[in-house]
Amino acid sequence: MSISSLAFDTLLAARDAIRDRKISSVELTQQALARIEALEPRILAFNSLYADRALAQAKAVDEGERTGSLAGVPIAIKDNLCTRYGTTTCSSKMLANFRAPYDATVVKMLEAAGAVIVGKTNLDEFAMGSSTENSAFKTTRNPWDTSRVPGGSSGGSAAALAAGMCCASLGSDTGGSIRQPAALCGLVGLKPTYGRVSRYGLVAFASSLDQIGPFGWTVADAALLLNVISGHDPKDSTSVPTAVPDYLASLDQPVKGLRIGIAKEFELTAGMDPQVKAAVDTAIALYKSMGATIVDVSLPHTEYGIAAYYVIAPCEASSNLARYDGVHFGHRTKEPVENIIELFSKSRAEGFGEEVQRRIMIGTYALSSGYYDAYYVRALQAKTLIKRDFDQAFEKCDAILCPTTPTPAFKAGEKTGDPLQMYLCDVFTVTCNIAGIAGLSMPCGFTNGDQPLPIGMQLLGPTFSEEKLLRIARMYESATDWNTRRPKLEPV
Amino acid sequence: MPDSQISIEDTRHVATLARLSLDESKLQKFTGQLQNILKYVDKIRQLDTAGVEPMAHALPLQNVLREDVVEPSLTVEEVLQNAPETDGPFFKVPKIIGGDEDSAG
Repeated sequence: MSISSLAFDTLLAARDAIRDRKISSVELTQQALARIEALEPRILAFNSLYADRALAQAKAVDEGERTGSLAGVPIAIKDNLCTRYGTTTCSSKMLANFRAPYDATVVKMLEAAGAVIVGKTNLDEFAMGSSTENSAFKTTRNPWDTSRVPGGSSGGSAAALAAGMCCASLGSDTGGSIRQPAALCGLVGLKPTYGRVSRYGLVAFASSLDQIGPFGWTVADAALLLNVISGHDPKDSTSVPTAVPDYLASLDQPVKGLRIGIAKEFELTAGMDPQVKAAVDTAIALYKSMGATIVDVSLPHTEYGIAAYYVIAPCEASSNLARYDGVHFGHRTKEPVENIIELFSKSRAEGFGEEVQRRIMIGTYALSSGYYDAYYVRALQAKTLIKRDFDQAFEKCDAILCPTTPTPAFKAGEKTGDPLQMYLCDVFTVTCNIAGIAGLSMPCGFTNGDQPLPIGMQLLGPTFSEEKLLRIARMYESATDWNTRRPKLEPV
Repeated sequence: MPDSQISIEDTRHVATLARLSLDESKLQKFTGQLQNILKYVDKIRQLDTAGVEPMAHALPLQNVLREDVVEPSLTVEEVLQNAPETDGPFFKVPKIIGGDEDSAG
């Protein structure tokens, strides 16, 4: 038995086809829902499906009641974005039945642009992880090889798109949670500059690092989705009033006098897969052949990135997650308790999974009396130094190119025994969040073998450089055809 | 300087601060893991940070104020809709301070 692909599987193509009446939104949404039904048992991408509601939204587009730049296109969203409709679980037992009383700003923006939301996708619990294996519900599978993970924490959003269950999706990125799954699933994924996109209604993990961003098959799809979700929001005081350019309008203009920076600190990483290195080197050579100047830059504090990240993020998480107390919302223990502290402690021990507990413990330790200066303040000083490194590097180049991950997708279960080994996979992605800059991952090759796996490269740009960063990515994309490949998937 | 040797008693203390009721085997497991993670994180203590200002936010953000006027907000029903236990317009919890059993509420 085989299952037909979506008639139009990229965001821009689908949007245009619906607008030009080559297909109705209802037909395309039905195709997406049929693929979800057939493939979900293998991929396990979704926490909840919006089938009836999606078809009603699609019908409204077909009848001309809903319009906008995404009108009629099936899109999936990460299950840590609040929606009035259905549940918002963060893949945690703590929020298994949580029904948000408001919509996240990005959800409102998607719907105002006419998008059809097909469902909410699996993630590592509270977005803490790199594989979706920390989900309290299930481990999502990589559509390119279902024995492997899709990456994380936005693994459900990446896998849903790579499996052709939607035409684009939204994720969130605190230390690489969009870019790493994009790399592992052969997609374009963008972490916008901190403050570019409103975080209102994104369940908080580490508030100074979190940012919502798009997944697409193409750079243009990421650009279109960024057009829709960017902008200042009075409900998020860290969103900035900086004007939002039309990221699609200039996309096909090559950057004149392009300078690509190569940081030697990103080359010294142990555990680098030779096929990943070779693919990224080939991409550098391609930029050079297009006339770009390759510049050596230095990011000397890169080696402190993961250490600083695994102090700052758990500290903020331990504070943000203090709200889950079994009183106001979320899981409450059914065990008998003597007092309120016991109610808190038992509810939290039952409701949070092990990785979330571990990070709360790290953060609580680092913020506790006597350790605050040694860990938290030190990490914030490292942040200053990491930001300064990038500022200096970007005086010499337009973007820095490096791998997104040291290896292609790993096997489910391969790294779950040792949390530190899992953390070290974030080596190329965390400094982008620490410095608050923009970062994009895109496919730059596939591994050899019977079951080729996607390889991703990362382009890092200064704050609010998304317009140029997307153009730089588009230059590479237009000279390659990696983004035309699709995984071969059969229903179970 | 803090000592990054973590004992099970340290872990127990941190779990109490974090309001996590962990059993002995979990405390034991976390003690070893925290030890490893903190040993790695100790890297940042080798950094020369003399004269380096700590940076809370990568962007120069300022506090944002608005006019002190009433704006639409959630209704009491919406606020309470996810509460495990309620009593009229209140969140209900077990008794917090000593007293007779009936006053628990």
